[in-house]
Order: sequence, then structure tokens, then C-alpha cells
Amino acid sequence: MLRAEGLKHRFGAVRALDDVSFSVQPGQTLAVFGPNGAGKTTLLKVLAGLIQPQRGNAHVEGGRRAIGWIGHQPQLYAQLTVRENLRFWASLYDVSPPRDLLTRLGLDEHADRPVRALSRGLVQRVAIARALVHDPTVLLLAEPFTGLDRVAAEALRRLLGDVMKQGGASVLVTHNVEEGTELATDVAFMRVGRFVHLAPRAGRGPEQVAEQYRNAIA
Amino acid sequence: MTAIALLLLAGVYVRALAYTPVERLQGLAQKIYYLHVPAAVWAETAMIIVGIASTFYLFLKDPRLDRFAYASAEVGTVFAVLMLTTGPLWGKPIWGTWWTWDARLTLALFLFLLYVGYLLLRSAVADPGSRARFAAVLGICGMVLVPFVHFSVYLFRTLHPMPILLKPSPPSLPVSMLTTLLMSLGVFTLLYVGFVTQRYALGSVSEQLEGMGGTDNA
Amino acid sequence: MRSPDLLRHAWTVAAKDLLVEFRSRTGILSAAVFVVLVLMVFNFGRDPTAVSNVVLVPSILWVTFTFAAILALNRAFQLELENQALDGLLLAPIGRGSIYLGKLVANLLFVATVEVIGVPLVALFFNVEVWSHIGPLGGIIILATIGFVAIGTLFSAMTVRTRFAELLLPAVLLPFMILPLAWATLATTSVFAGRPLSEMAGWLKMLAGYDIVFVVLSLLLFPATVNE
Repeated sequence: MLRAEGLKHRFGAVRALDDVSFSVQPGQTLAVFGPNGAGKTTLLKVLAGLIQPQRGNAHVEGGRRAIGWIGHQPQLYAQLTVRENLRFWASLYDVSPPRDLLTRLGLDEHADRPVRALSRGLVQRVAIARALVHDPTVLLLAEPFTGLDRVAAEALRRLLGDVMKQGGASVLVTHNVEEGTELATDVAFMRVGRFVHLAPRAGRGPEQVAEQYRNAIA
Repeated sequence: MTAIALLLLAGVYVRALAYTPVERLQGLAQKIYYLHVPAAVWAETAMIIVGIASTFYLFLKDPRLDRFAYASAEVGTVFAVLMLTTGPLWGKPIWGTWWTWDARLTLALFLFLLYVGYLLLRSAVADPGSRARFAAVLGICGMVLVPFVHFSVYLFRTLHPMPILLKPSPPSLPVSMLTTLLMSLGVFTLLYVGFVTQRYALGSVSEQLEGMGGTDNA
Repeated sequence: MRSPDLLRHAWTVAAKDLLVEFRSRTGILSAAVFVVLVLMVFNFGRDPTAVSNVVLVPSILWVTFTFAAILALNRAFQLELENQALDGLLLAPIGRGSIYLGKLVANLLFVATVEVIGVPLVALFFNVEVWSHIGPLGGIIILATIGFVAIGTLFSAMTVRTRFAELLLPAVLLPFMILPLAWATLATTSVFAGRPLSEMAGWLKMLAGYDIVFVVLSLLLFPATVNE
């Protein structure tokens, strides 16, 4: 569903991606752990098509239309209402927002309020709604849980699960190993642009993976 | 190479001052012509070269092309400044004013502004990749602008001596003056090549230093 | 990229910009106030005995519009920056050209609004009869505005993230604005002086040529400003 082959990319003298290859099948969530500067965000951007890799290629089934990106940028226009924001973003994908999306995130009563009038927690949930407004089948998540409150984090986990159940795939990059492991079906450790570990999670718990990660990265 | 060119430049001036006949109408001040015209030719040509190098850069992404464009722009700036200083120096004794808004001097001002804008943009962008891309965009726009400005010379009535060389009918300059002019042009060509080579070499060293400073990429 | 999609998405982007602008209204209001201010300054500065209004008005008009255009241009990508939405636009399955065209249309409409407010104000403050020339004047205004807004939109995408964005944009844009400005002012002068339209035709042709070249060029170069 998603495939990377021999990705290489450098920024000046820094190797952000150094021969990265992997594939993700429907129903799989690949969690990529690594310290800052390991190349995780670059990898995600290459998968999303935001960066053209200098070598190698990445292929996502369905192209940009199928990709949903969840990062820490809300990508919402403060002056527009929740509904207007969702409608705008959906129309760029040539769809209408799904009817139940607002409900699933508990946003019905706020639908016609401008985003700038909403509390931080609500904005986070609207941002999640925005990312999913076009029913993406491939999710790319960059440190998605950073700064999320409990309600939003719960909503995100739930929706992620829904997408997976419907045969979607996702790649999640984070430096929070415990949180990421709970959602993952496959785990990778990334260091200086390379995968130093790539394997199915196979029943390993968060502490176990965290331990292995620390050993691998040290 | 630059040293030789500078010596030759001095040589041209000796010839210009001592051996070329004094022009009937304009007197001694006319001798500035030998400095002003080649500077004008190269100020304009350097911008076109920036544009061409920039176009190739956008397709090939080779940083050497960007460095070359930058070097050409720096040298072009020098020549544009030369034009702007020699123009009024020539004009004051003849027209009685330091500045007129006639087409040729305006061209010099345009070129100067284009170069300054280019250099300002480069200095304002921190990321080397973006810097090269943005500079290339501006360089190409500048290159396209030049013909528009140049041909305005023919459309505007002007105080300026109408182009004697680059006009539709054959040059109307006496032979000895023409020779001096061509010599001067040759020297300026050498100067351009010499300076650009120097700036290019400097540019490559400073880029290496920048790279060693280290960049953080996730 | 099929044309209908390109234009449709461009319009979506433009409509969104206009909706945001309409919601906050600060942009158009500050531009309008600015126009009034500039006109007042010009009024205080002139000497009625020395030069007649009709001679000054073209320059006043065009200086005012230029400043207003620069105000507009800075806002366009600033909007995306403040809302950190640019990546969202780039992720969407729309052509980069749609983003450029959308921003261009929104900018043009913004500047046009300022011009629609400005022309009657100039006529009022400087006691100049404008209505009889409104056809040719409108044509000149449209052509010249397209000229600098097209390039300005392209450049603003580059300058928006730099430190002195509001200063850098005019600095970089200046040489590209001078020609359309000069042609527009000359044409406007000839219109106000009651000269036959054929005399103006030369300037209009230059403006049109300039517009076509730079709109196409900007459209082609825009992706380089947003792609990595």
C-alpha cells in the first residue's frame, strides 16, 4: 500500500535519509522511533510527496488523494468556522465532509463557531477532523500526540483504529516510544537517516521496545 | 588573471587618454565612454547570465550553477555601480546635471536595483536549499525583465546619445575610437571572467564552511 | 493537470482568501484609510498655482495604487503562514499552479477594491473629472494591476518567511513595478489630457505584453518557491 525504495536525501552535508527501504501493507501501522535529527520528518515528507528524494522513490497507493497528514500544525484558518474549514479542505480533495465526522469528534455544537474562538483542546480535535475529512486510507503522523489533551488523544487513537480496521495503513514517527508502541503493528528505529531495526512488533510491550530502542540508539 | 586584467585596464586608459582623438562635440569628458559602455554591456550581460544559470539550476539542481549565478550577480552589481557613477560623471560636463531620467541611465538604475534585490533576497534566506531556489526564481525574472527595459531605450525620446553601436544600422564611430572601445570591451570581458572566477571560488569555500557548521534535520 | 481542475481549485483557494478577508475586514479598511492618508499628504504638498491638478493626478493615482498593492501582497501568503496552512495546501491533490492562481485572483480583487475606492476619492479631492474617461482609465488600471500583482504574488511566496518580509518584498519587487507604473502613468496622463486613444495604444500594448509574459513566467516559477 505504501512502499519506499532506496531513499536517499541530504541537506547540504547532512544525510537525512541514507538508503531507506520498507513497505507497509493494509492494516499495518509502522512506528518509527528515533532521536531528533534522525531523518524521521524528512521520511514522512518524502512519503507525502512534499519532498522529492534525491535518490530512490516512494510510492503511496492512491497518491496524495489518499494521504492524511497529522502533525502539530493545525492547518486551520482562525477566522473561519469549523464547518467552513472542513468544507474548504474537503473541496480541495473534491469531496464533501463526511456527515458523521463532527459527531465522532464531539464537535457538533461548535460547528459554526470560528476556530479562533475555540479552546486549545477543541482546536486539536478540529485539526484531527480536518486531517481525516477526505477519508484518507494512508495516514502519516508526525509526533501526533505532542500537546494533545486527554480527550483529543483518545479521539485520535479511536479514529486511527477505525482507519486501520477499514484496511488503511499508517506510518507514525515519534520520539515517544511508549505511546507509539501501543498503536504499532511494526516497529523501526531510525538513526542518522538509516533504519537500524525494522521488524513486526510481535507481542513486545512498550517497555521492551523502549529498552531495545535505547540499546540500539546509544 | 584578475591582476592581468586590471593592468590591461590601465593600459586601455592610457591609450584612451593619450592616443584617441578628442571627440569634437563633447570634449575630454567623452573619454568616460570607454569605461561606461563596456560596463553597461557587462552589467546587462551579467544579469542575463544569472538568468541562464538560474534556469539550468532549477532543472539540474547542481549547486555549482547557483554559485555561478551568485558570482555573476556580484560582479554585475559592481559593473552596474560603475555605470551609475560614470554616467553622471560623463553627463555633468555635457548636460549640466548630475542625473537625468533618460533611458540609458534609467537602465543602469534598473540593473542596479535588480542586483541589489537579488543580493538582499539571498542574504535574507537562511536555508541554503531555499536560498538557491529563490535566487534562481528572481534571477530568471530579472533576466526576462532586461529585454523589456532595454527596448524601452528605443521607445523613449532621450537626452542620451542614441546607441551608436547596438542599433539597427551599422556603427558610426571613427575607427580609432572604435578600436579603443573594443579594446576596453575586451578588457572588461577579462575583468568579468576574472572576478567571477574569484567570487565563485570564494563562494565554494564559504559554502563548505556553512556546511561544517552543521544543520539539524529531523 | 487538467485545466478545469486547475481553475476550479484556484477558485476554491481564492474564495477562501476572500472569505477570510471579509470576515476580518481589517485589510480592506486599512488600505482604504491609507489611500485617504496618502491623498491628503499629496494635497497638502502641492502648490495649486504652480501645477494644475490634471497634470498631477495620474502620478498621484498610481503611487497610491502601488502602495496599496504592496499592502495586499504581503497579506496573501502571510495568511497561510499564520495558520500554518501552506503544507496543507501542498499536500492536497491540487496543482501548485492552482495555489498561485488562487492567490493571484484574491490579490487582484483586493487591489481592485482599493482602486474602486481610490478613483472616486481622487476625483473628489482633486476636483478632476474622471467619469468621462472611465473606460480607457479602467483598461489601464486593469492591465497595470495585473502586471505588478502577478509578479508580486510570486515574490511574496518567497519573502513571507524571511525576517523583514514587509521590507524585502518591495525591495525585490521594485524594478518589476517601475515599467508597468511608467506605462500606466503615461497612458493615464494622455487620457486626462484628452489625447486620442490611438496615442495610448502603444503603452497599452506594452502593458498587455508585459502582463502575459510575467503571468506565464510566474505561473511556471511558482512551484519552485514552494517545493523542496
